[in-house]
Amino acid sequence: MYAVNLEPHTPVKKGSVFEFPFDVDEHYVSEMKDRALVLDEDPLRCQSLPHMEAAGWDTLELIMESKAAAYPEHFSLSKDGDKWRWINRPMGIDDTFIFGNTSTLPYGPMEYITRQAQGDFAVLDQRDGNLWMDAGIVTTQADWSLDFDIGMNFFEWHAPVPLAHELGIFKRALKFLLNVQHGKPARRLNWTMTINPRLDTSPENYHKWGKDRLTVTPENVGEKVYLRVELQTFWRLPRSNGLLFPIRCYLISMEELSSIPKWGCRLHRVLGSLPQELRDYKGLTSYIDDTVAWLSKFDQGQETSPGTFPD
Amino acid sequence: MKNIVGNKINAIVESITPVTESIKRFKFIPEDGGEMPVFAGGAHIVVEMPDGDIIRRNPYSLMGNIDDRSSYSISVLQVKEGRGGSNYMHNNVKEGDKLTISYPVNLFALGWKAHKHLLIAGGIGITPIISQAQTLMQRMLPFEMHYIARSEEKAAYLNELSQLYGKRFHFHVRNKNSRWSVDPLLLNQPVGTHVYACGPEKLMNNVVDTCTQAGWDKSTVHIERFLAPASGKPYTIELKESQKHITVRKNQSMLEAIEQAGVNPPYLCRGGACGQCETQVVSFSGTLSHHDHFLSDEEKASGKKIMPCVSRVEGDNPHIVLER
Ligand code: HEM
Ligand code: FES
Repeated sequence: MYAVNLEPHTPVKKGSVFEFPFDVDEHYVSEMKDRALVLDEDPLRCQSLPHMEAAGWDTLELIMESKAAAYPEHFSLSKDGDKWRWINRPMGIDDTFIFGNTSTLPYGPMEYITRQAQGDFAVLDQRDGNLWMDAGIVTTQADWSLDFDIGMNFFEWHAPVPLAHELGIFKRALKFLLNVQHGKPARRLNWTMTINPRLDTSPENYHKWGKDRLTVTPENVGEKVYLRVELQTFWRLPRSNGLLFPIRCYLISMEELSSIPKWGCRLHRVLGSLPQELRDYKGLTSYIDDTVAWLSKFDQGQETSPGTFPD
Repeated sequence: MKNIVGNKINAIVESITPVTESIKRFKFIPEDGGEMPVFAGGAHIVVEMPDGDIIRRNPYSLMGNIDDRSSYSISVLQVKEGRGGSNYMHNNVKEGDKLTISYPVNLFALGWKAHKHLLIAGGIGITPIISQAQTLMQRMLPFEMHYIARSEEKAAYLNELSQLYGKRFHFHVRNKNSRWSVDPLLLNQPVGTHVYACGPEKLMNNVVDTCTQAGWDKSTVHIERFLAPASGKPYTIELKESQKHITVRKNQSMLEAIEQAGVNPPYLCRGGACGQCETQVVSFSGTLSHHDHFLSDEEKASGKKIMPCVSRVEGDNPHIVLER
């Protein structure tokens, strides 16, 4: 069942995805190539309403400063007044631009930097005691669409989610988010499932991936069914007072997941007790029973250790 | 990574500059020599002042150069009859001193959808307005700035502002002999204007009332209130969850007394505006003296909630039990 699972985004374990504010991993270059291809085909995956320019520069600054500090071997940032030089070695980029002057970049500031950052990004304007999805770049999503949600507020874009509204979860979550402060980012994990290791499960491309759900059989669960975990973080943007919401997606097959006995056992229990509304909403209905049956061998009623890390 | 993630900043008072008879400017640099976190128009920091056995924490608007990450500046008006924060800054803090300050917090941010920004400052309320004007200049957005003070001598930064902003800047004297009114200004604005006001209670209430009557959308009226916590007779508190019994002194706020006892409720503005410190009241004797702008009149009357950053308990046998 859903909960308001929010915690400070502080470093946890060396080598884990929680070590640095923005995780860069071995899929970096290929995911960035993928993003460029998706954007070529469908430019509406990246949008920014006119009043979101300041928030775009905030986003660029946050990601550049963070990556240059965390991964100095890959990224460097040097500043001479408002003249900035950004080097991204894995992608072969060495650009000089004037901070704050969009005409000195090949794209708007948000698009420029998020074409070089793994994960999707929503940039929220904060006003009238609400958050508004007024900019973003979304190419690796779990069946929602930026083009549909652009301009909506927190309650509007969450409208399709079952049960959580009635539990008061979104009210409490919004109150928390409105008060996220500069210097104190927060995070939460969200999950769903995907057939095959496909990052782009967008409504725009439903015709390409929707039918995969019908290809699961009791025999192929291990290799076909993937757990999809999103690391979502929340950042106050100091120039615009907006909020940045990066969604970083990680996929793992049932086979690989169950090689960690604790994970196989836990997922069996979570899927087994998932309310029908959530099975339907997450799109698991056609293959969840086969998956639960496949995972049952990992659950002997044992106790599992606290936390998400392997024992 | 300290500019991106962190809690507090260890700062050195690099310089103290007298601005008017009763206003001094304090410039802070980071102790480790690095950069300060970015801030924008309307942001404030909370300065911690170790005053005897207590720590005072006062919010001050940032008003240095928003493009210069090497330092922060604040301007402090000395309130002689106040509880002590501004007196401490004026009398005890010396150049070279070390002070702890918070990351910037912005409860008075610009509305980016505005077609025009109308900035109105009264007296020391000029400080957040200065950084807002800088932000607007930097982004080349249309704005107009009005500064109201009792006299030219009392108006901090008057010359600088009029030079920097030229015809965007307007100064008005308001005293016994000269009753400048904000109403005509508010009633002659193009659709899509956002108004920002910081200054004395009366001025801000005036702005809110006029805009409300004229049918301005609530989201276009931005008010920065920094109430100083009220002083009053001492009283006692019981913290139910933390099982502590404490006394709130005459010149101390309930929040400061709770912090002194080692319990740390969340806060942002320390001025009764943001709602962060909201605390459930279990029971009380005497009367609750609410000074905040956050709780509704019904909530205040219910006696179930209090904002400990500014409110107190008064009357006979004043005592309160809090859910903390
Ligand atoms: C401002 C930041 C956030 C953004 C931009 C965002 C965006 C979204 C979007 C686009 C969806 C998909 C809705 C659909 O089906 O069309 C979603 C789902 C959801 N969101 Fe958020 N969200 C945010 C913050 C949060 C927070 C803080 C919570 C905390 C409880 C939360 C809880 C959920 C839940 C439970 C779902 C359903 C997910 C599932 O079961 O797969 N969201 N969100
Ligand atoms: S801290 Fe803002 S209302 Fe008390």
